[in-house]
Amino acid sequence: MSTRSYAVTDSITMLRRDLKKILRYPTSVIFIVGFPLLFLLLFVYVFGGALGTSVANLGNGSTSYVDYIVPGLVVMTAATGSLGTSSSVNVDMTEGIIARFRTMAIFRPSILIARVVSSMMQTLTSMALIFGVALLMGFRPTAGIGEWIMAIGLLALATFALTWLGVAFGVAAKTLDAASNAPFPLIILPFVGSGIVPTESMPNGVRQFAEYQPFTPIIETLRGLLMGTPIGHNAVIAIAWCVGLSIVGFLWARKNFNRDRTQ
Amino acid sequence: MAITARGLRKSYGDHVVLDGIDLDIAEGTIFSLLGPNGAGKTTAVKILTTLIKADGGQLTVGGHDLAREPDAVRAMIGVTGQFSAVETLLNGEENLLLMADLWHLERRHGRRRAAELLERLDLVEAAKKPVITYSGGMRRRLDLAMTLVGSPRVIFLDEPTTGLDPRSRRGMWQLIRDLVADGVTIFLTTQYLEEADHLADRIAVLDHGRLVAEGTAEELKRRVPGGSIALRFADVAAMDAAARVLGQVTRHDDDLSLHVPSDGAVATLRSVLNQLDSASVAVENLSLHTPDLDDVFLALTGNMERKASA
Repeated sequence: MSTRSYAVTDSITMLRRDLKKILRYPTSVIFIVGFPLLFLLLFVYVFGGALGTSVANLGNGSTSYVDYIVPGLVVMTAATGSLGTSSSVNVDMTEGIIARFRTMAIFRPSILIARVVSSMMQTLTSMALIFGVALLMGFRPTAGIGEWIMAIGLLALATFALTWLGVAFGVAAKTLDAASNAPFPLIILPFVGSGIVPTESMPNGVRQFAEYQPFTPIIETLRGLLMGTPIGHNAVIAIAWCVGLSIVGFLWARKNFNRDRTQ
Repeated sequence: MAITARGLRKSYGDHVVLDGIDLDIAEGTIFSLLGPNGAGKTTAVKILTTLIKADGGQLTVGGHDLAREPDAVRAMIGVTGQFSAVETLLNGEENLLLMADLWHLERRHGRRRAAELLERLDLVEAAKKPVITYSGGMRRRLDLAMTLVGSPRVIFLDEPTTGLDPRSRRGMWQLIRDLVADGVTIFLTTQYLEEADHLADRIAVLDHGRLVAEGTAEELKRRVPGGSIALRFADVAAMDAAARVLGQVTRHDDDLSLHVPSDGAVATLRSVLNQLDSASVAVENLSLHTPDLDDVFLALTGNMERKASA
């Protein structure tokens, strides 16, 4: 008897379970949107006046700081989503329900598959909300339909990678505290990259780090697609990072997933 | 046989949790694994329910080899663990329907089964309320209902009544008895001797990873030498007098009582009373003590402890 034949049915059942919980208790969505939204408001309305004029020379004629910062904060949403995923996976793992699932003849990977899909839906919805608010605040992307489709594809890929990392953190962490702290650096990375200010303005050392960390090429590619700034090699590097992080996250999550966690 | 084990072993590092356990549990019976905290009961359940792997031993559940066909085993079993395995953010009915989906029941059948179990476990009123609002007893009942959704043939109950109030405990016992009436096999762990005595067809006592005794409740009780007659006196003088008359007794000076070994026969009791009468010793209070599982348990596990520390 193989449970593989239940792969689709069980994944859908698990996905329904996840979505029901998210819709009923949308606190995680509030956190995922709240963090980047707060920064959006803070940076545009508080720091924007001072930063804007020196930063927003996008080379495409736009001098609006909101146009510069939105790609970085949207990518940051993938990181806050990852953090949300990590904590909810950790709560799940340490509660008895997962132990119950393990004693049932179901397609086991369906638990993680559903988690990744529901987290992605949650994060992508959050990104749409950020875009919505940004548009109200005067964000004026120059992208056409084609660019938008590619931008959404890129965001989905980045979200996929960071969600798997979040799942891996959540499965590996021994406590909920650890699970919600471990992905925190991911939220900071857009700051130490080209998310808020261009990397050229940073001192040596920081600047090298900023240019070689995964968020910068992703942000630069997104900015290029949305605002028409030059993309160069960034697209390839961004995709490579996403694929690499997905694989690491997936393998790491799988390694720890089969351990019994209830004590 | 519903469950068999030969030489089941499991250790965590240097710590041996199960040290060569043999089990033969017949279909349609309640088997109770009895032992103090940390004896290895939960580990045994986790292994038999495919949650963790044994280090060694031949194990079958429902005729399927645990190591070779874990999914076939999973398709036959239901588990209610020590910690509640319910989805606290969903309501009771949704929890049952989730189980029905995961058992791959046909939709209508799943709904009917859920309704039936809500009724049977007295959760109809709470069906639409989120589980987070349930009391401990209700959660436990829902947990059991979830285990029953797929009509498993072998059910593992790991300390199903720990933490329940006496009334809920009685209710749970009745449910467990009803289950066996349907021909289901039950593997029950408990630290309550009374529970094992009430429910189990066979009991095995687990201590420090070994089975120190196995049999029916009656067989186990027989392994403990005799009961006693407890006689309480008004003062030390009366107690001393009685002790002189009766000869072979155990003195309990703290509550002025003597314990006379007894097989529980009326003749023995009468002879003790006659002896006291003819010596004119007044007894204030008398009670008969027949060996119960507590004695068995203490005798068996106590011995092991002494052996271990020797």
